[in-house]
Amino acid sequence: MSTFLPPAERNWWSSPVGKQEIVWIGIALVWCLIMFVMMPYWHIYGKQNLSNEAYQTTPQQYQKKVDAMVAEHQVRTESGLPVVGPPAGSDVYMLARLWQWYPILELKKNQSYRLHLSSMDWQHGFSLQPVNINMQVVPGYEMVLTVTPDQSGEFTVVCNEYCGIGHHLMLGKIYVKEN
Amino acid sequence: MAQFRVCPDSGFYFDKSAESLMKANAVAGAVALLVAGVLGLGVILTRWQEVHLLPANLFYQALTGHGLNALIFWIIFFEVAILYFASSTLLRTRLAAPRWAWLGFALMIIGWITNNVAVLQGNSSVMMTSYAPMQAAPHFYLGLILFAVGALIACFVFLGTLVIARDDRTYEGSIPLVTFGALTACIIAIFTIASGAIILIPTFLWSIGYINHIDAEMYRVIWWGMGHSSQQINVAAHVSVWYLLVGVLFGARPMSEKVSRMAFLLYILFLQLASAHHILVDPGISSEWKIFNTSYAMYLAVLASMIHGLTVPGSMEVAQRRKGLTKGMFEWLRKAPWGNPVFSGFFFSLVIFGFIGGITGVVMGTEQINLIIHNTIYVPAHFHATVAVGTTLAFMALTYLLIPVLFRRQVFLPRVAKWQPYVFASGMTLMILFMLGAGTLGVARRHWDMDFTGALLNFEYPGTAYTMMAVAGVGGVLAVLGGAMFLLVTVGSLLFGKRLDESAGFLQSFGFSLAPASYNIEQPERLQMAPRLTVEEHGSAGFEAPGTFALAMALLISFVVYYFINWDYLASVWPLS
Repeated sequence: MSTFLPPAERNWWSSPVGKQEIVWIGIALVWCLIMFVMMPYWHIYGKQNLSNEAYQTTPQQYQKKVDAMVAEHQVRTESGLPVVGPPAGSDVYMLARLWQWYPILELKKNQSYRLHLSSMDWQHGFSLQPVNINMQVVPGYEMVLTVTPDQSGEFTVVCNEYCGIGHHLMLGKIYVKEN
Repeated sequence: MAQFRVCPDSGFYFDKSAESLMKANAVAGAVALLVAGVLGLGVILTRWQEVHLLPANLFYQALTGHGLNALIFWIIFFEVAILYFASSTLLRTRLAAPRWAWLGFALMIIGWITNNVAVLQGNSSVMMTSYAPMQAAPHFYLGLILFAVGALIACFVFLGTLVIARDDRTYEGSIPLVTFGALTACIIAIFTIASGAIILIPTFLWSIGYINHIDAEMYRVIWWGMGHSSQQINVAAHVSVWYLLVGVLFGARPMSEKVSRMAFLLYILFLQLASAHHILVDPGISSEWKIFNTSYAMYLAVLASMIHGLTVPGSMEVAQRRKGLTKGMFEWLRKAPWGNPVFSGFFFSLVIFGFIGGITGVVMGTEQINLIIHNTIYVPAHFHATVAVGTTLAFMALTYLLIPVLFRRQVFLPRVAKWQPYVFASGMTLMILFMLGAGTLGVARRHWDMDFTGALLNFEYPGTAYTMMAVAGVGGVLAVLGGAMFLLVTVGSLLFGKRLDESAGFLQSFGFSLAPASYNIEQPERLQMAPRLTVEEHGSAGFEAPGTFALAMALLISFVVYYFINWDYLASVWPLS
């Protein structure tokens, strides 16, 4: 019953520690250190890491960049949205706003692109399906990361940060074509 | 002036004003849990796509109210009751400044109602996190601020009570382990509320137009300084409750006072920038910062939970073995009082918190793995394992103990009480496991319609995702049923349970004191130190709890396997850099 009584030693620091606990703490600590090492390890040897590149921006500045890309590289229109096919290696932009991902991107398989993401209004969630890559899209911040689609086909961007009543209407597309 | 009574069944001493405050806070918590449960039913029946009960606006409104009432109001009201119990009752001392404590309670009630009114009015469906720049009505934030101020007062009343106990020398030696755990919870709570004030006060001023801009990323960083740390309050509080329950049920003593206390201290020392876990895929936050602040290079808060995971059941095993239940590895566990909801509730809380809540939490808090989990329904699955089972079920188990001891009523419908932890834990577990599964298939959290009805473009989740959400729906309904059974038993006991004290009437169930004659002790005897163990009893020569060690190794193996499965899954997605 002494879990709720004062300990038997006046000073709890001097209470004895059993062998079993010492062994367990040792094992658990090793595991904790392995888990820590895995994160820097993956930055060096893993292929899925965030870039840490981001800029403060405004909706107007960001919109301008998106519009410039659309004007230059639009290949067709789908459901009223421009489909943009920028060259491999270039900067591609996607913009989140109530309740739309804009524009539709058309990328090439196994090519790398610098993908920019920002929001025009509230927070949104970039959730690429069915690949299942998820990122937070925050107004005022432009996140940049290099993506290399290694599958071809049609991919959908679901919004997975709650953004009001039309949240479930907010879908975007990324097409990946074979070379 | 006599102001204490002693519970003849348990031997606990209750200070008159502390007793009333514990009852009032516990009852307020139960009402919040009722609201949370009803709203939770609406939420899960909407996420179950074939049922899809609520329209979008009501769904988001219900989800906002569910989160706030379950995660904030129910748990914190109950935690205040625990703080008063762990200080005044366990240390046999009067409560410091009972008037301040009542003021704190009043503020919490006003804040709770104000916030709920804002949500009910429909223009504050901003989720519990209320991410700026989405804006709620001013009284939404004001309610939270008032509630937090009330809780802060309760923390200081707790600290004051510890000081009084020390000055009056109501106990010998050091404070008991349970009180020590509650103290860590209180210290974390003070830090947490400070974070909350730093972000919620400016957000409130923004909502009434005094500030024109709240940076969305800054909001996330600081809000989660409150949001995540508050979960560490819950952990410290429910681990303390676990220790209390093994002490009451089995007469257990901690395997080592030093180890258990150090583990509590690790919670304080390795917690403070825990908001990192929630912003792992956010813009503008560097990997070095994320990696360091989720782990402090050693994951010592995780280590602390792994230590408690061994020492809590280990203390129970040692106590059971001392009573002669020594056959094999697990006789101590097989012959535990499985029909007593205090035990079954405690044990399910421990196991599900550790095996599901703990493991999934560390996995998704790993910087890169978060990419495949962030904001999917995996996240609520994780925190239902930690908070809805770990914390809530531990508090339910404690409530069964407190009904006779604190409220002086016999438990009403004991057969319902006996099965309640089984129904609640199995429902929750079913819901959690299938939501974890749906999350790995990419199903979004906080999302009204996985069919995307009316969207310009279209997308279909795989059929398995629908099946998983349906099974999760069944689990959720079962969990709500378990919650309803809990409230039936507690409210039933408070209203109709057999009185164990003549004067334990209707009003006494809700915070009024018993008849003056019940408080016939001026100052309880000084609380003595636990008796020293003789050397052979301590058994430091070998493994005193082999069954627990086997369970702990099973946990570790599951942890390692699941951790690397997730790295493997991450390795299969598009390369990013």
